[in-house]
Amino acid sequence: MPPREGVYGLLAEFNTPSELVHATEMAHRAGYRRMECYTPYPVEEAAEALRFHKTGVPLMCLVGGVMGLITGYGMEVWVNVWGYPLNIAGRPLFSWPAFVIPGYEWTILFAGLSAAFGMIALNGLPQLYHPLFNAPNFRDGALNDKFFLCLEAHDPRFSPTETRTFLEQFSPVSIVEVDH
Amino acid sequence: MATQGPIHDPEIVDPMIDPRTGEYAVIAPGHNFKSVTQKIAGIVLTANTPWAWVGGLFLAATVATGVIIAVTWLVLKGVGIWGVTIPGAWGFAIINFVWWIGIGHAGTLISAILLLFKQQWRNSINRFAEAMTIFAVCCAGMFPLLHVGRPWLGYWLLPYPNTMNVWPQFRSPLAWDVFAVSTYATISVVFWYIGMIPDFGTLRDRAKLPIAKYFYGMLALGWRGSTRHWIRYESASLLLAGLSTPLVLSVHTTISFDFAVAAMAGWHTTIFPPYFVAGAVYSGFAMVLTLAIPIRKFYHLEDLVTLRHLDNMAKVMLATGSIVAYGYGMEVFMSWYSASHWEFFMMWNRMFGPMGWAYWILILTNIAIPLTTLWSRKLRVNVGYLFFLSFVVNIGMWFERFVIVVTSLYRDYLPSSWGTYRATKWDYMLFIGTWGMFTFLFLLFARLAPMIPMSEIKMMLPQTKVRPGGADAEVVTQEAL
Repeated sequence: MPPREGVYGLLAEFNTPSELVHATEMAHRAGYRRMECYTPYPVEEAAEALRFHKTGVPLMCLVGGVMGLITGYGMEVWVNVWGYPLNIAGRPLFSWPAFVIPGYEWTILFAGLSAAFGMIALNGLPQLYHPLFNAPNFRDGALNDKFFLCLEAHDPRFSPTETRTFLEQFSPVSIVEVDH
Repeated sequence: MATQGPIHDPEIVDPMIDPRTGEYAVIAPGHNFKSVTQKIAGIVLTANTPWAWVGGLFLAATVATGVIIAVTWLVLKGVGIWGVTIPGAWGFAIINFVWWIGIGHAGTLISAILLLFKQQWRNSINRFAEAMTIFAVCCAGMFPLLHVGRPWLGYWLLPYPNTMNVWPQFRSPLAWDVFAVSTYATISVVFWYIGMIPDFGTLRDRAKLPIAKYFYGMLALGWRGSTRHWIRYESASLLLAGLSTPLVLSVHTTISFDFAVAAMAGWHTTIFPPYFVAGAVYSGFAMVLTLAIPIRKFYHLEDLVTLRHLDNMAKVMLATGSIVAYGYGMEVFMSWYSASHWEFFMMWNRMFGPMGWAYWILILTNIAIPLTTLWSRKLRVNVGYLFFLSFVVNIGMWFERFVIVVTSLYRDYLPSSWGTYRATKWDYMLFIGTWGMFTFLFLLFARLAPMIPMSEIKMMLPQTKVRPGGADAEVVTQEAL
């Protein structure tokens, strides 16, 4: 864990997604790894520049779905064959086609909840405090109309002066030093 | 919604029409990231609550008290206060349940199926269509729960270990219903909320009032627009869409099984699942129009919910309405072709029996009026006509369920057990009360939550195009426009 004091990183503000993606790509080529883009809507090109591909959400969804299917169908079989066997018009106790529908619904229920809450958990949310919220221009623009690149201080290549000079070549609107 | 070809009409100088395609634009020209935020967040964050909204909320609340009164009396007296009796044991409770849940299905169709088909025009209307889904499911869920007679024991429907050692019977479609509807409600709420998290973040950042900052800050969970978050978020949205698509089809299929599994003439048919699903989407799109047309007018959202949206929704109604018409035709055909005396009598009685009027209202409102007029592009972009038509179709779809439930039941196999069905004032009070409840919830949503997804609208703007090498901002904006 990085220390919770001092500088969190340098935050560069851009007006267009193109400038952001370009700066991110160049930062990656320059060897920066601990960095993140902040945009008002998903910018896939920025994820490319960050080399971020694997989300882990589909796997969680799959595991959830399989668990839902086993739980739902298994419960039905146990209830209607062993737990509380009922003779309904002479139908077999193990009426597998009739059990498909609740099993199917629980597959979807578990898969959907896993995808949604898995996404939130993998994102580390809820996290009501974040150092970036200290930057006034971030709060004003990040979810509105501005595009931000943050080079974080715990990157081995980070230096308050050199990193600032590096970012200045992309002529951002502003560069703000963000404190923890 | 593919464009068939350009329409060469030199008289069209409407700036909303894209000259390349002759179609109405999905977003009016001239919008940028900031203007989208201002427009949509402004509706929620303004200090001035419009008087018309307050009046509407008051009126809706007044109508919704019907629910409270009718349910209180029902709990005190029992379902005997309703018109349900033998042989017509299903009455308004099931009609209204199927009608409301069908309305909800358009929201899921818009948010999930159209997302998978990459129909970007859906972005403007998906949020309030999803809200409509949730409020419609709230209204729908109440009816079967009350219809069980002792709603306070409703939890007996759930599989849980209990001292009586009794468990549900999973061969019954009514047990399937519990699973289908509860899953549908849960996934719809989750999908809706997940979709709103980034917009709650925008509202949190722009709110002035401390209570609004707190409220939206909590709801936003600390969303900060990080790219890694966005990619996971997109992945989860796509997965939820992929899961909701079979879910929405399965829910109305399960509801149709409530009928089709029973060995009852008029119900026991294999066409029920597809035709129920198509009917649900048909009525749901009608309800989206009923809501969207006043909202875009009242909040001046004509440049985000454009005539293109209305046109496309009308086309979906035309398609699903045609499937429904095919279903009606096939029902009539099969009752003759089956050579079953009971089926044939049921259909004859449905059309020309004492309740035949309901069948002909259904044909008039669901088939005759919409399916003859919706072919005309002029009428599909005529806002007033579509608003009128949306009511016509919703009335028609209510009568469809009335015809299916009542006319199949009240004259069954044994003439000695024939009866009739007449709804009581308590049936009407509860049904009309749910309209008030639905409107009440929807008005609260329109005031307190972002009705149109800001981030998704921004994704459709030309400024989102990424130029290699980080081209100058001015150039990009110029080229984009």
